[in-house]
Amino acid sequence: MDLTADFFSLFDLPRTFRLNLSELDSRYRDVQAQVHPDRFANAPEAERRLSMQWATRANEAYMTLKKPLERAKYLLELAGHDLQAESNTAMPADFLMEQMEWREAVMEARSGGDHHELEHLYQRLRGDIDARYDELGALLDERNAPETAVDRVRRLMFLEKLLYEIDDALASLED
Amino acid sequence: MALFQIAEPGESAAPHEHKLAVGIDLGTTNSLVATVRSGIAVCLNDEQGRSLLPSVVHYHADGSTVVGYDARKDQAVDPKNTIVSVKRFMGRGKHDIAHVEAMPYDFVEAPGMVRLKTQAGIKSPVEISAEILKTLKARAEVALGGELVGAVITVPAYFDDAQRQATKDAAKLAGLNVLRLLNEPTAAAIAYGLDNGAEGVYAVYDLGGGTFDISILKLTKGVFEVLSTGGDSALGGDDFDHRIYCWVIEQARLSPLPAEDARRLMMRCREAKEYLTKNAEAPILLRLASGEIIDIRLDAATFAEITQTLVSKTLQPVKKALRDAGLRADEIKGVVMVGGATRMPQIQKAVGDFFRQEPLTNLDPDKVVALGAATQANLLAGNKTGKDDWLLLDVIPLSLGLETMGGLTEKVIPRNSTIPTARAQEFTTFKDGQTAMAIHVVQGEREMIADCRSLARFELRGIPPMVAGAARIRVTFQVDADGLLSVTAREQTTGVESSITVKPSYGLSDDEIAGMLKDSLAHAKDDAMARALREAQVEAERMIEATEAALAEDPHLLNAAETAKIRNAIAKLQEAAAGDNRRIINIAMDDLGFETQEFAHRRMDQSIKKVLSGRKVEEIGTGEKE
Repeated sequence: MDLTADFFSLFDLPRTFRLNLSELDSRYRDVQAQVHPDRFANAPEAERRLSMQWATRANEAYMTLKKPLERAKYLLELAGHDLQAESNTAMPADFLMEQMEWREAVMEARSGGDHHELEHLYQRLRGDIDARYDELGALLDERNAPETAVDRVRRLMFLEKLLYEIDDALASLED
Repeated sequence: MALFQIAEPGESAAPHEHKLAVGIDLGTTNSLVATVRSGIAVCLNDEQGRSLLPSVVHYHADGSTVVGYDARKDQAVDPKNTIVSVKRFMGRGKHDIAHVEAMPYDFVEAPGMVRLKTQAGIKSPVEISAEILKTLKARAEVALGGELVGAVITVPAYFDDAQRQATKDAAKLAGLNVLRLLNEPTAAAIAYGLDNGAEGVYAVYDLGGGTFDISILKLTKGVFEVLSTGGDSALGGDDFDHRIYCWVIEQARLSPLPAEDARRLMMRCREAKEYLTKNAEAPILLRLASGEIIDIRLDAATFAEITQTLVSKTLQPVKKALRDAGLRADEIKGVVMVGGATRMPQIQKAVGDFFRQEPLTNLDPDKVVALGAATQANLLAGNKTGKDDWLLLDVIPLSLGLETMGGLTEKVIPRNSTIPTARAQEFTTFKDGQTAMAIHVVQGEREMIADCRSLARFELRGIPPMVAGAARIRVTFQVDADGLLSVTAREQTTGVESSITVKPSYGLSDDEIAGMLKDSLAHAKDDAMARALREAQVEAERMIEATEAALAEDPHLLNAAETAKIRNAIAKLQEAAAGDNRRIINIAMDDLGFETQEFAHRRMDQSIKKVLSGRKVEEIGTGEKE
């Protein structure tokens, strides 16, 4: 075990998208309980520094594996697919059209102060995103289809951003 | 039958003495010190049996100081040299401070942090806070009968990097070994959670004298996990006093008051506020220097009305923190109230209405933070007994970022990231042959640089000349467990490595602190050199003790030659520590640190493997008997 080990091995978990999240939680806590700087508050400088590095790494690993989009990106990165470069390519026209329609609906509901409509859009999108993650799970864990997975991840990046914007709009109406 | 004595990691098999550690709540209005005695957290009292120490420092012309109740009495007669609520100035410039015009002090603009001109000279808020900490340290050492191993100092969760660094500097200046800066609501949650065996998601609403924090925490067996935090580091009970003050001025049609009158009227207003927690009406009576008499009555309804905007100002961060945690108000199991200002009935009502439940007020809101800090200090100092163990996962309150083209902020570490945390970002040059790059570090949520707090500006020089866009400059942000930031920048395309690490610059430099330390010791009739030597010796002892414990626990991780090297380094350090040359002690400590580096790596590795594989053994190995 060293600081450069991948996030899955750090928690001794299988390298899969369909991760047992409660298992991830408890492994993260177990590791953090060993390496956290609070365990080394009174230790020599060398151990304190090492502890900060490990705890930092454990936090980064946990944040990455906990969120499905980050986890998928990380899995693809481990498999040698650079999303950063590939995300520059254009998206299919029908997907972009759909996105524009979504955005218009959100803007309209926001400017009209329609809380109910925003809530409805949020739930609909949430459902759509969840279904896409199910599909992504199959692509990554069963069908070993990284090219298709990259495409799906890129779509999900758009959708997650949209979801965040709806949430933001809801929050601004509540204030 | 036990054949082996098995020691848990972090717990030596040999009986060890109880280490003297304290928790300090350095508050805007009052400060406290607490410790764990026979397993119970208690506040330490002064000779008159009082646990609160008013956070008031009075400077005399000869440079001596009076801190606490006596200083508080002086504020009406010598307001200019009697500093109250200094916490509001920590890590702040003059333009950041609210109601500056109503304050009796002579402020001096200084880079980074405001200074105050007193008859004892120009004082930094760090020095003034250090006086309060010194008083509490002395109190603790008398009560506990020995030198302190270390202290946990609490800070508002919403304190930014500048305010945290200033607090740590103050502790250093007071001669305290800071085991950790701990967020006040988190400290309260520890005290509350351990006392009540609480599980679930809790909110801690902490309205102090000058700061407001809201933290949402998940409490599970042995883990305190902060999900989100929010607040306002310039909103507190003081503002309620100020509202009453303004109301009185308006009602009595007074023209602006001289400093002494203003301070005395402010004190009356504070008393009225406190009186209204249990009474329907409070009298405000004061004879001004001019002979004019103020005689007004303030009723609870009017008080609630004139402070309504302040109360709702606290609910905005509450909503934001809930949203950041992805939770609704009805998913909160309990709301813990912290800070003297939460005694105000209008606050309790507003919080109760918002969460649709009675807030928890069974712990003394003035003491709970200090008690939690003491409990954490006891754990950090290594006084834990087998089952007395928990893990604390806290977050940073504000996003950290860099200035990019056009005065915009690029976030590098988002708010509510669990600490310690690090993140690297890559930049490139935009001109051919560019050899230097300016880096501007900011903290805050806004998109425009001008709306965020500037933490540090520095320049990375010595970039080898290349065409525009060819250089790759990696800027790494590291936030430690105290929530403090350091930034490293490195050019990495070429073999030439120019690297720089900065601690944000608003704080005080090590030289400045050393200078202040010397000044303050001159007054204490102490010898700076002797104290520095003593500190090095204590540090050396601590290091030897920790290394010995590690050798006793894990001898199998080293071969004979490695063990011999470490033993040799220990012996040299022992020899150095017995002498009186601080430089030699420091060199010997560095050497021992170097020799134990690899050992530290292996121990960390072993403990992680053990915890991960231990789980598998547990799963299959139950039911076995000796």
